[in-house]
Parts: sequence; C-alpha cells; structure tokens
Amino acid sequence: MNHRIKSIVPQLLTLLFVVAVIGFFTINAQLNMDERGIDFGYGFLSQESSFDVQFSLIEYDGSHSYAKAYLVGLLNTILVSVLGIIFCTIIGVIVGIARLSPNYLIRNTAAWYVEFFRNVPLLLQIFFWYYAALRALPLPENTEPLFGVTYLTVKGYYIPRFIWENFDILIYSILAAVISIVFIRNYARKLQEEKGQQLPVLLISVGIILIFPAITFVTGMVQLEVALPVLKQLSKTSFIYAEGLSVPPELLALVLALSLYTATFVAECVRAGVQGVSKGQKEAAASIGLTPNQILKLVVMPQALRIIIPPTTNQYLNLTKNSSLAAAIAYPDLVLVFAGTALMQTGRAIEIVSITMLTYLTLSLAISLLMNWYNKKIAIKEK
Amino acid sequence: MININILKPTSANFQTYLYIGSGLILISIFDVFLRSFFNLNFSTSLPGILNFFLPLIIGLIGFQMIRLEYSGNRIVDKINQSVNNNTFNAGLTLVIIFLTLLVIPPALNWMIFEATISGDTKEACATTEGACWTYIKVWFRRFMYGMYPNDFHWRINTAFIALIGFAFVGYFMRGKLKNYITFYYAIFYPIIAFIIINFLISGGSFGLEWVETNAWGGLSLTFIVSFFGLIFCFPLGMILALGRRSELPVIRYISIGYIEFWRGVPLITVLFMSSVMFPMFLPSDAFVDKLIRVIAAIILFEAAYVAEVIRGGLQALPRGQYDAAKSLGMSYWKMQIFVILPQALKLVIPGIANTFLALVKDTPLIFVVGLSEVVGMLQMAKTNPKWLGYAMEGYIFASILFWAICYAMSKYSQYLELKYKTDR
Repeated sequence: MNHRIKSIVPQLLTLLFVVAVIGFFTINAQLNMDERGIDFGYGFLSQESSFDVQFSLIEYDGSHSYAKAYLVGLLNTILVSVLGIIFCTIIGVIVGIARLSPNYLIRNTAAWYVEFFRNVPLLLQIFFWYYAALRALPLPENTEPLFGVTYLTVKGYYIPRFIWENFDILIYSILAAVISIVFIRNYARKLQEEKGQQLPVLLISVGIILIFPAITFVTGMVQLEVALPVLKQLSKTSFIYAEGLSVPPELLALVLALSLYTATFVAECVRAGVQGVSKGQKEAAASIGLTPNQILKLVVMPQALRIIIPPTTNQYLNLTKNSSLAAAIAYPDLVLVFAGTALMQTGRAIEIVSITMLTYLTLSLAISLLMNWYNKKIAIKEK
Repeated sequence: MININILKPTSANFQTYLYIGSGLILISIFDVFLRSFFNLNFSTSLPGILNFFLPLIIGLIGFQMIRLEYSGNRIVDKINQSVNNNTFNAGLTLVIIFLTLLVIPPALNWMIFEATISGDTKEACATTEGACWTYIKVWFRRFMYGMYPNDFHWRINTAFIALIGFAFVGYFMRGKLKNYITFYYAIFYPIIAFIIINFLISGGSFGLEWVETNAWGGLSLTFIVSFFGLIFCFPLGMILALGRRSELPVIRYISIGYIEFWRGVPLITVLFMSSVMFPMFLPSDAFVDKLIRVIAAIILFEAAYVAEVIRGGLQALPRGQYDAAKSLGMSYWKMQIFVILPQALKLVIPGIANTFLALVKDTPLIFVVGLSEVVGMLQMAKTNPKWLGYAMEGYIFASILFWAICYAMSKYSQYLELKYKTDR
C-alpha cells in the first residue's frame, strides 16, 4: 500500500502541473483572442493569398489559396533538404575516408576542413556564401561558360533544361529494369547456394539498367531535347540567360552552406564507423582467403554501415531542420512563405506557427520511426 | 598497360634515382611556385592541356623514382611511408601542395600585404585592392557591445569580470564549504548571475541609467544568451533524462513527449513562437521582455538535446550500479545523486560539450525576433550606406571569432574528459 502511494503521488503531481500549465495558456489564449475579436480556426487556408512567391516548383501566384502557398513553401524546403542531403553525403564520405588516409597531407587537410566548418555558425556560413562569395560572381553578360553550357552568374546559376517527350515511358522502363535486376539477383543467390556457381551480377545489372532505357530512345518512344541557356537582353543594362533552367543564388548559397556544414558531421560519422570495425574482423576475413575487395564488401562495409547509418540519419534530420534558416536570405521555404508572409497577412499566429511546427515534427518523427525500424532490423542478434 | 619499370629504383642504383627523382619533384613545385607568385610560365609553347598538367606529370615521375620499400635513408623512408605509398597518393600529395601554392599568395596578399587598417573612414581603403580592416576597427565596439551606449561599456565589462570571478569561487571552497559546491553552482550562482546582469547591464537603479534590451547586442549578447542557456538547460535536461528512464509511466510519457516534440522542430520556429505566439498565451496585462522570452525558448529547446545525451550516459551504466545502490538501502534520489549521475555525467562530457557548442552556434538565430548579436550587427553594418561593400571582411572576422570560441570550448571538453577519466 505504502509503495503504491509512493508511486502514484509524484505521477499525480506531475500530471497536475502539466495540466495546469496547458490550462493556463489555453484560457489566456481564449481571453486574448476574444479581446481582439479573432476566432480560432483553419478556414483561412482556403482564402486567396494575394502574395507572390519568387521561386516555386509548382504553378502559383497571388490568386491561389493559402493552402497552396503552404505547399509551395513545403516543396521548396524539401528541395533544399534533398539537394543538401545528396551533396553532404558525397562530401562527407570523401572527407571521412580522407581522414583515415595513410597520406599525412590528405589526413590533415581533411581534419582542418572538419575543424573549421563545424565550428562556425551555420547562419554565418549562409550569409558568407550569399552576401560575400556569390556576390563576387560576374554579371550574366561577362560570364564565361562553366563546363561549356552552364553559366555561373551573380543572378544565379543557369543550366540547360531537358525537355522530355513521354517521360513516363522512360520511368516505366527504368522501373522494369530495377524489377528484373531484383529477380536476377535472387536467382544468382539461389544458384550460388545450390550449385556454387557465380553469375556476374554487377555486369548484368549495369547492362540492364543501360539497355532498357536505351531501347525506348532507339525506338523513338521517348524523345529528349536540350534547351541551352541563351543570353537575353531585358533592358539596356540588364541581361539574363533565357531558355535554360535558372537556379536562384539563394538556393545555391543555402545548398552550399548546408552541405558543407553538415558534411563535417557526416564525415565524423563515417570515420567512426570505419574505425569501429575491429581489426580482427579484417584479419579473420583475410585468413579465410577473401580478396581485399571481398573483405570490404562482405565484412567491413556491412558492419561499418550499422554504425554509420543511425547518426548520419540524425544529421540528415538536422539538415532538414536547419534548412529553415533559408528565411534569413529570403529563400521562399516553409518558414518564410508560411510563418513569415502568410502570418503577417492573416495575423493568425497560433494556427500558422502550430501548422509549421507540426509539419517539421511530422517529418522528424516519420524519419525517426523509419530509423528505429531499420535499427531493429540490422541489429546483431545477440543472446 | 605501359611498362614503367625503367622508373622503378632498386637498392643498387637508388642514389642516382633519388637525385633525379627529388630534382624532378622540386622542379615541379618550383614551376607552380613561379606561376603563382611571379606569373611566369616556362612551358607556354606546349599545347594547353599538357602545359596545365606538366608539373603534375613531372612530380609524379619524380615520386615514382624515389619509391622504394626500404632505402636506408630515414627522411626518404618517412616520405615514402606517409605521402608516397602509391601513385594515387603521390598524385593527391602533389595536388594539395600545388593548391596551397596557388591559393596562399592571393589570400595573403588580400588579407595582409595589401590590406589597410589605418584611418577611420572608408576613404582610407579606397586606394587598395586588399582587405579593409579599418571597417572592423571602426565597427569593433558595435560588434562587441551592439547598440549599447558607448559611455556605459564599462558596465558590461565589469559584469562579465564579476561573473568570471564568481565562477572561480568554487576553486577556493575548501574544507567544510566543499560540501556545498554543487549547491553553489546549481542554485546560488545562477541567482547571482541574474542579479548582476539585471542591475549592472540592464540598470535602472543605484543611479545607473536603464538600457533597454533592444540596445544590447554584439558578442556580449552572444555571451549572455549562451551563458543563461548553459546554466539552465543542464539541470532541466538532467531532470528530463531521469524522467524518461523513470519507472512511473505518466512521468515517462510526459518526458518522452516533451523531448521528442522539441527535438522535432527547428529552433527558428521555436523563436518565432516565442515572439509571435507566446504573448497570446499570457494574460493581456503581463509583459515579458523579448530577451527573456528568447532565452527561455532556447533553454526549453536545448534541454531536450541535453536530456538525450544524458540518457545515453544513464543507459551505458551497468545494471549492477543500480542494484548495488539499492541493496545499500539508498532512496531513489540518493542513488541518482551519489551513484548514478556522477558516473553517467562523466561518460557524456563530449556529448554535453557538443550540445553546448551547438547552443553557442545557434545564438545568431535570435535575429528572428530582432535582437542582433555579432552576426546581426554584421548585417546591420553591411547595409550602412557609409560602409557598403565590405561584407567579406566582416564575415571573415566573425568566422574567426566564433571558430576561436568553439575550438577553445571543444579543447576544454577534451581536457575535462581526460581529467575525469577514472577507469584504467
């Protein structure tokens, strides 16, 4: 009896405290809103937004609803995050491996990169790229082409645009290729387990993934045109490149800063992972006659990935959350479009901030759940 | 495959190979050096791409010629082991040396040799191509103290010196006083700090003029925000970590909900909330200063991260520690305070340090609510019509400043980790 009281009393007190705090806030919010004559509700989402967004992946202008503006912001956030994740992984893996290099110069260069970029605030780095580095680029009319067909100018990065015809058929062909590769892999594994024969799986896979889409091109089902950027005069002194695709400088600065900053953390995860595989494992693998390539593929990587992936996903999550700093350089992401402009116009603080936070929360929780599931799946089964 | 055995030294003819090889390496480095420092290029007669890669090719041949497993010469062996163990590594070595040679002269020129620091106006910088450190010199006080009135800067300085002084009091607590050291740092010190900052920096009494928080700024604001963030988010995080490991379901689920919520949202939206949403949640006549709201938001936010780090330490402790403490008849709090937490906290020093570093690096985000610390002041100075066009100098200055603070903090945490490492 005594024990039960001892466990119930603190719980009750905590619950009471939490309820009291939430209650206090709700009552005040109610009173405040009554006073200002606002009513709580999400009806405003279907109203006309009447503001424009500079950069949008979907068709949008002021005549669309606030809900659409929210979608524009969300898509822009996702775009930055995906680009950032791709680049930070590439840089991070290279730097992480470079930190383990036997070469003294490479090892230390990588170490200096990590030490410097992760000790400078991300916001400062974003400002640096946007206001200092990218502003030093030439005007469109004086720009020399980069890689022949792209133009890196102060007004943004102009790249060729692909104009596809029947793009969906290409997607289907790639899907078909992937499915057949999965079948062939399974067949090869079975063959090896039953008869000990090995198929050149990698060669076949590469062949299939090249041949299937190639067929659609050769038969003329899918056509591709490339629109190169062309210099165009807007007024006497103002030039841009038309026709091609233009990447705004805000997006460039943001992706650069986010990927260079997060790459330092990814690099540390990669380094820890590779170092975490014990030397005995490699020696044991070598002593049963595996080749160095097989050791890397079958022994080291599976174990290293188990250490690398969970913290790296955490870094990806951080990158996604950090992409909200876009608001500081006016890249129209979720925070700027929705929690900035839309909030200013409607004045609905509680609704809009709660939607914004819930969006990020959903993204994070979804990724963490996925992670936990993955972690459980790959965990070493021990007694 | 081209047979390059001719380039492979043997121990018999190594002397000759060594002379020729190192000669070639030196020539390649010297070539890049001339190109970079004096803009001289001797191989312009060659076709463009060959001209461009010539130093690399010569250097690679040179490295190839001195690569021998055991040469007897200690320096050569060292070079072979560390930077020249295969062709790929030798190539990377050369690329890094060349890049350094190509980048350093313009950077040094810009930063030091052609830079200006004299004068008090923009005109002093008009004549040179280099950096304009005059800009930093003129704005230095603003970067340090924000818009705080110039005459009162001594108040900020005194407050910080006093805070550091009180932080060192713990070192002099000997004998009986030593039992109260935790109490001092956990409860007494935050109160003293608040009083000092409230009366000295904010002012309004004792004949000191009141300075509103809008005028605070610069590096001193960074310190104030991170200081209060650090001392309050730690105890809160500790309680949350214990809550998450508690056996009482209500407490556990509330802690989990709290931690997962704050970890799932970006700090910028939390600051937005503190500035636009939070006033709605208070009685209409209540007023909480912007700075306090921001600091509170940062504390609530970072506490969730601290909690997760400490939980890692708690989980890493073997069960035996809990069992042993319980079998001695310790109560829950006695067990946590005297047995579990001291060991767990020791384990998570690196993690805690990383969280604190993140906190310091996050302080620039308070620009969202209109407070400007160093980075905010930079943005303000950059748009000042008298000083347009010196953004780069400002960012470099601030990067070095933050880098130094964060680097010192991480080194200090490594020192602490070693100091408290008790096991073997």
